[in-house]
Amino acid sequence: MSPLLTVDDLRVSFPTRTGTVQAVRGVSFTLGRERLGIVGESGSGKSQTGRAIMGLTPPQAEISAKTLNFDGIDLLSATRKQKRSLRGNRIAMILQDPKYSLNPVMSIGRQIVETLRTHENVSKSEARDRAIAMLEAVQIRDAARVFDLHPHEVSGGMGQRAMIAMMLVAGPELLIADEPTSALDVTVQLEVLSVLDRLVADRGMGLIFISHDLRLVSSFCDRVIVMYAGHVVEELAAADLANARHPYTQGLLSCMPTIGSDRHPLPVLDRKPEWAL
Amino acid sequence: MTAAISVENLVVTYDDFLALNDVSIGVEPGESYGLVGESGSGKSTLLRAIAGLAPVTDGQIVIDGKALPRGKRNKAFYRQVQMVFQDPYGSLHPRQTIDRLLQEPLAIHGIADAEKRILRALDEVGLGPSFRFRYAHQLSGGQRQRIAIARALIIEPSVLLLDEPTSALDASVQAEVLNLLEQIRRDRKLTFIMVSHDLGVVTHMCERLAVMKNGRVVERLTAPDLVAGRITEAYTQNLMVASKGFVRKTAMPA
Repeated sequence: MSPLLTVDDLRVSFPTRTGTVQAVRGVSFTLGRERLGIVGESGSGKSQTGRAIMGLTPPQAEISAKTLNFDGIDLLSATRKQKRSLRGNRIAMILQDPKYSLNPVMSIGRQIVETLRTHENVSKSEARDRAIAMLEAVQIRDAARVFDLHPHEVSGGMGQRAMIAMMLVAGPELLIADEPTSALDVTVQLEVLSVLDRLVADRGMGLIFISHDLRLVSSFCDRVIVMYAGHVVEELAAADLANARHPYTQGLLSCMPTIGSDRHPLPVLDRKPEWAL
Repeated sequence: MTAAISVENLVVTYDDFLALNDVSIGVEPGESYGLVGESGSGKSTLLRAIAGLAPVTDGQIVIDGKALPRGKRNKAFYRQVQMVFQDPYGSLHPRQTIDRLLQEPLAIHGIADAEKRILRALDEVGLGPSFRFRYAHQLSGGQRQRIAIARALIIEPSVLLLDEPTSALDASVQAEVLNLLEQIRRDRKLTFIMVSHDLGVVTHMCERLAVMKNGRVVERLTAPDLVAGRITEAYTQNLMVASKGFVRKTAMPA
């Protein structure tokens, strides 16, 4: 079976007044119907990788790649119209903070219906029914009431579930989740993740999970890519995390304070210039 | 021994909303005390009430045996108690240089030899003198948080209130800032009250902690109790599970 997404030598650079900043420098991976985690610090290029696949890179940026292929469609040469029909329909993206990523002046239900009616020819009443069913699928109790609420009237966890509902209602094959739970409370985080996990498993989607939290990613994904300074330093199965070989991955793992480990001071990352080469 | 800070039956209300409901904690001098709970549990409100940033309706806050007045705090209080905020992107003035930022508390408290103190404060938080005339937007998140810590320390307080000091930072930078905080607490014999939603961070930093929910303290624990799992409240248990990462429920109905 051919992979859902093939990324080979992806590069994203931003021209600035002081020269070109290379945010992503030669990232390659393939994705089947599996859960792939991309981990790295701020500025490692993990979000720009996700955005390039989604086609959300700012217009001044330059993207190049040997291959950027989604299910037989070359994303780099695709027309804007083609990309529009892919986005939201076959490729969807969950953003970090529901406070900013939902439209504040539209009810949650209308936003979900809008996604659905953009991509499918369905009647208003059917769209409404499907939106409410989707809200129920992300375990929102009293979905009919939430349908009419505006984003400021719901909690962060509820907003993020509404976001997931909106992204999944058109039945995408690839879901890119960019720090989907970083803005949420620890306890709510797990609820949202289990909703996401179940839906991804049931629908057989490919998932790219972008986060700075290596432990969280490894407990959620099948495979993890670790990025540093715009390129991939290590790729490994989530179960093999303990055997990570790259010092950066090892450093990321050991610098987290955990319950029961008594290490004072915490080990910190000793960033080596050769990692960025 | 008198407690460095003792909060007695504190009540904070915003209009009809009870943000803190009869909360009492006692913090010994030199201790590091943690407050954990989810958003809206009142942990930040408690910290802000101690700093004089939340309206106290009832109860009292006693610092070194002296009860604080209900209204405005005096300068002597702020000389003693300083706060570091969560978001280093929002808590530094965007149009002031680091030098100007660090001079402000010195000017307010009429402290002389600013020059020497600013250089020492920068050095203490691990940033060299080269950072002195930069603006906040030229620094990374971790460096900004170091400046916020330097600003709090420059007037030599004895108590530091830390409101989620590392939650806006990357994991690798978090370790550096936590190490810095531990080191200055040891060097200066400071008392910490630290708010966090991350039990891992709190058990690492604090000897004792209070778990808050809906404006009340539901459980008081020592860090070893937490590590050994001697927990009575189901709510604390939930937080424990949550801090260990995602666990997939394997038994899926077919």
